[in-house]
Amino acid sequence: MSWEAVIGLEIHVQLATQSKIFSGASTAYGAAPNAQACNIDLGMPGVLPVLNERAVELAIRFGLAIDAQINLYSIFDRKNYFYADLPKGYQISQFETPIVGAGQVTVTPENGKPRRVGITRAHLEEDAGKSVHDLYPGQTAVDLNRTGTPLLEVVSEPDMRTAQEASAYFRQIHTLARYIGICDGNLAEGSMRCDANVSVRPTGQEAFGERTEIKNINSFRFVEQAIEHEIARQIDVLEAGGRIHRETRLYDPDKDETRSMRSKELSNDYRYFPDPDLMPLTISEALVERIRSELPELPDARCARYGDQLGLSASDATAISSDIDRADFFDAAVSAGANAKQCANWIMGELSAYLNKQAMPLSASPVTPSLLAQLIARVEDSTLSSKTAKTLFDALWEEGPSADVDGLISSLNLAQMSDDGALTQIIDDLIAANPKQFEELRGGKDKMLGFFVGQVMKATQGKANPQQVNEIIRAKL
Amino acid sequence: MKKFSTLRTMSASLAQGDFSSVELIQDHIAHIHNEDAHLNSFITLSAEAALEQAAAADKLRASGDTRPTLGLPFAHKDIFCTNGVLTTAGSKMLSNFVAPYDATVVSNMAAAGMVCIGKTNMDEFAMGSSNETSYFGSVSNPWDTQRVPGGSSGGSAAAVAAGLVAGATGTDTGGSIRQPASLCGITGLKPTYGRISRYGMIAFASSLDQAGPMTRDAEDAALMLSVMAGFDPKDSTSAQRDDAWLGKMATDGIAELDQPLTIGLPEEYFQAGEHMHAIEAAKAELEKLGHTLKSVSLPHTQAAVPVYYVLASAEASTNLSRYDGVRFGHRCDSPQSLQDLYERSREEGFGQEVKRRILTGTYTLSVGYFDAYYLKAQKIRRLIAEDFNNAFAGVDLLLAPTAPTPAFNKNQLTDDPVAMYQQDLYTVPSSLAGLPAISIPCGFSQGMPMGMQLIAPAFREDLPLALAAQFQRHTDWHLRHPGEEL
Repeated sequence: MSWEAVIGLEIHVQLATQSKIFSGASTAYGAAPNAQACNIDLGMPGVLPVLNERAVELAIRFGLAIDAQINLYSIFDRKNYFYADLPKGYQISQFETPIVGAGQVTVTPENGKPRRVGITRAHLEEDAGKSVHDLYPGQTAVDLNRTGTPLLEVVSEPDMRTAQEASAYFRQIHTLARYIGICDGNLAEGSMRCDANVSVRPTGQEAFGERTEIKNINSFRFVEQAIEHEIARQIDVLEAGGRIHRETRLYDPDKDETRSMRSKELSNDYRYFPDPDLMPLTISEALVERIRSELPELPDARCARYGDQLGLSASDATAISSDIDRADFFDAAVSAGANAKQCANWIMGELSAYLNKQAMPLSASPVTPSLLAQLIARVEDSTLSSKTAKTLFDALWEEGPSADVDGLISSLNLAQMSDDGALTQIIDDLIAANPKQFEELRGGKDKMLGFFVGQVMKATQGKANPQQVNEIIRAKL
Repeated sequence: MKKFSTLRTMSASLAQGDFSSVELIQDHIAHIHNEDAHLNSFITLSAEAALEQAAAADKLRASGDTRPTLGLPFAHKDIFCTNGVLTTAGSKMLSNFVAPYDATVVSNMAAAGMVCIGKTNMDEFAMGSSNETSYFGSVSNPWDTQRVPGGSSGGSAAAVAAGLVAGATGTDTGGSIRQPASLCGITGLKPTYGRISRYGMIAFASSLDQAGPMTRDAEDAALMLSVMAGFDPKDSTSAQRDDAWLGKMATDGIAELDQPLTIGLPEEYFQAGEHMHAIEAAKAELEKLGHTLKSVSLPHTQAAVPVYYVLASAEASTNLSRYDGVRFGHRCDSPQSLQDLYERSREEGFGQEVKRRILTGTYTLSVGYFDAYYLKAQKIRRLIAEDFNNAFAGVDLLLAPTAPTPAFNKNQLTDDPVAMYQQDLYTVPSSLAGLPAISIPCGFSQGMPMGMQLIAPAFREDLPLALAAQFQRHTDWHLRHPGEEL
């Protein structure tokens, strides 16, 4: 029997606000435990929440970016459950009336076909604290710094059919969130986490199979691995005549397996009801329109522009546009005069390699868009060969943003030799020194041409224009 | 200083230099030491801090500060968080809780130069109508120490009635200011929901809780209201108001009414009964003063108590989830697991009435019961609010009894929660509608004081205050004191 997977994701996006969603405490990452938990975050007796308007604006921005309905009236509810890192004994969330209604994105997995993924809703809520179980033997430590960090929970429709599509969707939401500046996108710090709902059914069957939920996945790679694994596990169970139980599972990337966390058959009763400490959230059309007018060019539009107007290949256009920093760098270099195709090659090639090697973000690159544009211009006007261009890139990387491109070309003596006379002299000397080889070339052994060009390049430390060298040698035949 | 002085009288004496604030506070502390042992109206006395603040107030006065509230003593109900001071909400759960911050009401009163001399007893988490659910023991009614003072602001009411303080803060969720005011023969004002910030006031039922003044008369209530009230950005449900009458009442006193009022008598509140003679006499007095009395109907009155207990318990059940033994408050000894920590800390820390309401509230919010209880109660709450709107189309304000009975004996109703809940019969409808209401003394029954209630449209506290002040200018019920001939 052949099987089909059905996958939906819930992605928690930490909104990039300075302060928390219901208090004035800082949201900065990495402070000493509990240093950023104020009386409100601690759930002290008598404290009250006050909604951070910035979080609302960021949620609206996301809604507009996925072409969703913005609900002008929404309600904050209390989701009641006890846990040590949930100080109030309830989480303030949005249940029946979220701020963002139905929207959609289109995702294209690598080597796959584009798929439209519906987004059911996105709602605002506060994050819980962190329970640390491995710090003190036999005890659990609670850090409430994260408590009250604003989250936008983005709930997809069960529209994905492969782990690759799910991963591509997670990437797409990540790209989008970074584009519109609502999240720093730092997966390692937990700025984006997802839960995956996975079920399988016989191919062709309409009804969904029983699903499991894999909790708290925080990397693109893990989301793919975890779902792959879970699909295989479910198929194994069903093919062995077993039954899938509704449950929450945890993915262990070290062992590449999911394991059961808790059974959901007796589903938790969270006793949602409207939080009486907060008025219903009402948003004006004017605010929505203002935010719409401030939206930047979105990834899809940018990708299309790179293809249509700048002539990039589809894969280059996707690669460049998929990251806002990369796309901004590219745009800046192109507007500084760089050839688009060359620019894409440099960014995806040399620049990415250097950054990766030093685990450096693009924003810290010593080679600025303007320097890259100048370098490309010198390749285009044949001042630099592809080899000397790389030497120059090295030098720019060392010198940093204030480097003088033409100054370096001259001080490092990188300009191509285009003096016919000097080249002819070198070539004549080489022919004299290698008569046998020259005879072979004359006799039609074209391979020998490479030998001579190579010798010339060696003699000129790579500065000779190979095309020119070719022409001079051919003329000698 | 004469015992049973009002805040305004003390203010005048301080201004004239008859005595200093320090002397005034010393006098109060001595009274409390002598008399509170058998009343138990205070949980915490802050003598030292109060004397320091009084000295600071005297210094300010010497340098020309003439604010009428400067250096006046008062007490806070122990539901308001006071920075560095024990704040218990009448519960074992918070019997060790020293608040790390001031409630907005607390900082407002301090900014006005008023001196808090202590924190008053109350029903546990404000749940009760007799002050008998307090972990710190029941409070006696100064008029008859076998009887209860009412609740939940029973400590504040008893302290004012006994002349231990002239003013105290209270909170009212379903009648917790007005009912004890009635049972103790004092003046108690529950302002419009949103008039006074709830920030730092330990929550019982967030959509109903409202702080207010408990005083000897309407003049003092207006004075304290002006200090307590105000928009607070820390409370999303606090109202942005700019009512000029509020400041004017505080500085100039309550002016005479411009013209007679039309006063509605909700027929559902005036059922014949053995304790109705006091309010009947008050009706005659009001007519004598030129006001028109008119019968009105609030048809959903009967549903108010059940609706109130569904909604208030629902909100309370989650407001009290934070008391889990993890970060503050009572924590059980050597917990074996997180679950054990929760179960034993809460089992040990909460009293019976609090547990009853947490269970009730948890039940009404549960899947399968939510629609039948919580949602239905919300719908009826709207109908009750509409009842009042309809009535106010034809009258300026409403007159009603505050409580169905005078103060009852201790232990009389403790085994019958439903009978206890009936104490709130006349106070919960206006709470559900968020309306302001004042209770003032209007006579006696069984030798115990009886109060009457004046209920006004939202943000029109000026009406009941003005009418109460006028009534008090022409009657002396508010001037009677325990221990004197009636």
